[in-house]
Formats: sequence, C-alpha cells, structure tokens
Amino acid sequence: MTQTSPPAPDAALVISGLVKDVGPIAALDGRMKRIVSNISLQARFGEVTALLGANGAGKTTTIECAQGLQNRTGGSISLLGRDPDDADATLRARVGVMLQDGGLPPAARPVTLLRHVASLYSNPLSVDALVARLGIGEFSGTTIRRLSGGQKQRVALAASLLGNPEILFLDEPSAGLDPQSRLMVFELIRELRDAGKAIVLTTHLLDDAQRLADYVYIVNHGESVTEGTVPELLSQSTASQSHRVVTFEAAPGLDTAALVHDGVRCEETRPGSYRLGGALEPADLGRFGGWCAGQGIMPTSVHLASQSLEDVFLAIAASKEPLALKTETR
Amino acid sequence: MSTLFRDAPAGLPASLARRVLSQGRYEAAAMLRNGEQLVLMIVMPLLGLIALAVTPILDGMGNSRINIATPGILALCALSTAFTGQGIATGFDRRYGVLRFLSTTPLGKAGLIAGKVIAVLVALAIQVVIISTVAAFLGWRPSAAGVALGIPLLVLGAATFTALGLLIAGTVRPEATLAITNLGWILLAALGGIVLPAAKFSATMAGIVDWLPSGALGTLMRAALLQGRVDVFAIVILLAWAVAGSIAAIKWFKWT
Repeated sequence: MTQTSPPAPDAALVISGLVKDVGPIAALDGRMKRIVSNISLQARFGEVTALLGANGAGKTTTIECAQGLQNRTGGSISLLGRDPDDADATLRARVGVMLQDGGLPPAARPVTLLRHVASLYSNPLSVDALVARLGIGEFSGTTIRRLSGGQKQRVALAASLLGNPEILFLDEPSAGLDPQSRLMVFELIRELRDAGKAIVLTTHLLDDAQRLADYVYIVNHGESVTEGTVPELLSQSTASQSHRVVTFEAAPGLDTAALVHDGVRCEETRPGSYRLGGALEPADLGRFGGWCAGQGIMPTSVHLASQSLEDVFLAIAASKEPLALKTETR
Repeated sequence: MSTLFRDAPAGLPASLARRVLSQGRYEAAAMLRNGEQLVLMIVMPLLGLIALAVTPILDGMGNSRINIATPGILALCALSTAFTGQGIATGFDRRYGVLRFLSTTPLGKAGLIAGKVIAVLVALAIQVVIISTVAAFLGWRPSAAGVALGIPLLVLGAATFTALGLLIAGTVRPEATLAITNLGWILLAALGGIVLPAAKFSATMAGIVDWLPSGALGTLMRAALLQGRVDVFAIVILLAWAVAGSIAAIKWFKWT
C-alpha cells in the first residue's frame, strides 16, 4: 500500500527510505537494534502532516533524525533543501522544534526562558505577543517545575515559535493537555498552517490526526505502512463498502464469539460496552439482532456510526504481521 | 493576532558571539540563583579559608598560614564551580531534555558548551574576587608576578575540571553525577592535595596525589603565588588531564 510520490516542489521535508539502528545493545549480544527500517514521507508548506503510529513505532526517532538530533543509519533526508546532519545556525533558525518532554529547565520562569531563547535569533517574534497568544501571562512568575503539563506544553510551543520557523516539528503536542490548552494549541497550529508553515506532528492519538492533519502517514514497527488524506485513508481501509461500526451497551462479560467472522471483530472496550467493527455488511446487523434474541438480552443502547481513523489504524495494525526483531551485526 | 506569523520575517540566527555570550550569561545567572550552588561555590571555600587561617594545620611549612591557604582555596573554587556545580547542572539539563532542545535552536551543541565554559569563568571570577578580598583582610599579600601566573593556571584548572564534569554529566544518570561530583569534591578537597599539600600527610600519599588533577592544580597555584614559579611536573600532569578529559567528553558525551 505504500507508494512514495516524487518530491513535490513545495515540500519542506522529504524523507526517503530512512533506516536507523541503535546500539550496540548488550541484551542482543552487542548487536545493533533496527528501530526504523523503511520510513518515507514528505511535508509540504501550508499543510499539517501527521506521523501516526503506536508508541514505539519509530515516530520520534524519525523526526529526531529529521531535526539532526540523531544521525541516521541509511536513507536520505532533505530539510528545507539541506541535510539535517550538517545543520548550521542558519538552518536551525528556520526550524522550530517542540520536544515530547518539553526540554525546559525546571528552575526557570517561563518569560525569562522565552526572552533568553529569543536572544538567540536576530529577528525573533515578540515574546509579549506569544505570551499573550498562548495565555502564558497568567503563570509567568511560576517556575516551570510547578506548571501543569498543559502549561509546560504551551511554554515549549512558544519557545519553538520564537524564530518564526518555516517548518515546525511537534512531538505529541497534545500529550498531557487540559481541554483549554488543547483548544488553544490546536487553533494555533491551524493559524500556523494558514500562514504557510509546514507542520509535522507525531501522535499516537488518532483523534488529533483526524482533527488537524491534512495528510497522514501511518507507521508501524519502523516502516511506513500507508499514507493519504484522512478521507482517503477512511475509504482505503475497507475493501467492502461499509465503513461502519456498531457500539452497544449490555451486561458485562457476554460471549460475543457468534458475532465474529471474516473481517468482523467484536471487543468489550470496557465492562458492558461492546464495539463491533471491521468489514460490516448489512447481514451483520441481522446477525446482531439474532444474537441479541439468542442471548435473551435487550441492549441498553445501540449506536451505528461511521468508521473513524482508529478503525483504519486498527485494521492496518491487525493485518500486518508483527515484524521479527531485525538485528544485524555492526 | 492572526498576522503574528504571516507578516513576520523568517528566522535568522543572532551572531555567534551574541548567541554564546547570551547563553553564558543565562547559565551564570542560573548558577548564581541556585542556593545549593552558592553554598558550594562561596560558603564552603570561605569556611575552608577561615578554618585554615585560624587553626595551626598549616604551621611549620615555611610561610604564613594565609599565604599557604589562599592559593589552595582558589584552586578549590575551580573544583567547586567547574566540576561539581557545572557537572550537576549539566546532568539535570540532560535529564530534562534541555540540552536537546537548545541544540535545536541557533545555539547548537558547540554554542551550548561554549556558553557553559563562559558561565564557569564568570562564576570563578566572582569567587576569586570574594576569596581574595577576604584573604587580603586576613593578611594575604601575593606578589604581582604570582598573581600574573596564578590567573592563567586557575583558568587551565577550570577548563580541566569542566571537561571532567561534562564527561561525568554526559555519561551517567544525573543522580549518579550528583553523587560522584559531590563525593569527588569532598575527597579531593580533603585528601586530593588541592587545599592541603599532600606532603603534609605522608610521602606515599604525596606520590599518588601528585598525579591527580587536584594535586597538580594545588601545587601549581602554591608554586605560583608563594614562589612566583611554574611547577613543570604539575603543569604537565594538569595538561594531560585536560586533554584526556576533553577527548573522553567529546567521544562519550550523550545528549539524551
């Protein structure tokens, strides 16, 4: 399903066939562990590009190679037309990075830190304007170690934006965000996209990708699995026409084996809540009704909904054999 | 507000000098705001100086107590700031991802290290002024030639201990850095020949201590400020530690 398109002229970032080994790992008798085996992607200006995958799929490693924080083992990367491994101050000034853990010194106060980061640029954005835009003023006098996760993320985002970068990397931007911060951060990401920035975000949250991304790359076990716009991915996932999912609530612990057949799964997502998904056919609704009658149950609720990106993701993850641990000697 | 990003010019780095000086000033301010660091950098050396000046430990060594004590205490300042203080700060910066974040800004990895060296030198200058002033009140009168020799030797000592501090901070967990650099400070301060000449204890001990960076810096500072000369053996030892420490730090320092 993976197809790599030729580099677009408006691509801010082009990664082709990225390979990254780490190690040597003592537990593997000193061999290298391959954590990215083949990831390719492009990020265009004026678009939000999401790199979506489970934890440990290789997302952070991929963008750290793109930022020049890690040296790649193989493949090629073009960041604003340059090789990130040879990044100089001029290239770094054009690239904004928000790390997964923030990378903020705990003893610093937000505005003091932002003024310091601004001093590393010759023409930074106004610290005051960013502080106002991200609502940092309300906790500007508090040391970073005392801030909530959402407040820290806002400071880290402001720090990544001070140079008015052309490309912005956001590693799990909504991790630990309260609803208010999340709204603020999402609005800002859309504003940056509308200002023509290339935005690359990694996330394991399908909802984030669905709400923000113009283009999505799904990675699994260190490989690109598929790519497309959100609507494309939704239509691509099911060979059959129905992209539907049934959720229902009934007594916990029911035997749902009779509902499961080729391509249709049923799981109890939490006690008493069930989710019937996969390649649902109209006949599956009849089968569901028959199952209820056979079990003698009247569900407390039944809901038929469109498939979400999560279904696509689960289907892709399920269809792929987990890759054997790829190792090679140095 | 919607034009915050659209109309602004794209990012350009500040000049190299400005980036490095800004980082140095920021790190020095962070160091001087930290209470524990101030105790280590100012209070402990001052207590050591006063203790050596009022007790007879250094008697019978051919010079006044304060004249023998002050060069060693100045060397101790370099150990406190460059090795222990800077090592601990870098270890925790590494843990919190601060090193990674700053290396993605125009500052970069080299600028980050240069900023740390500047911060160490600023803090050391402040320590030297305070210790020298107190020592002068206690009767310390160094020769001009001794001072002229002592300053570059102290800077060399600071560079050596910075490299060793970075080596530890960049290779082990921050808690281990905290333990190693604090324990190292206590052991080297007490027995490492930095404050008390090793010959004071025994010949065997002196034979070991002379090969340590602490012993070499202590010997160099005392030879410079008491006799106005450079101790050749000690400077060879100190330079060897500086070179070996720097190579090891460059080779093994991990940013994450």
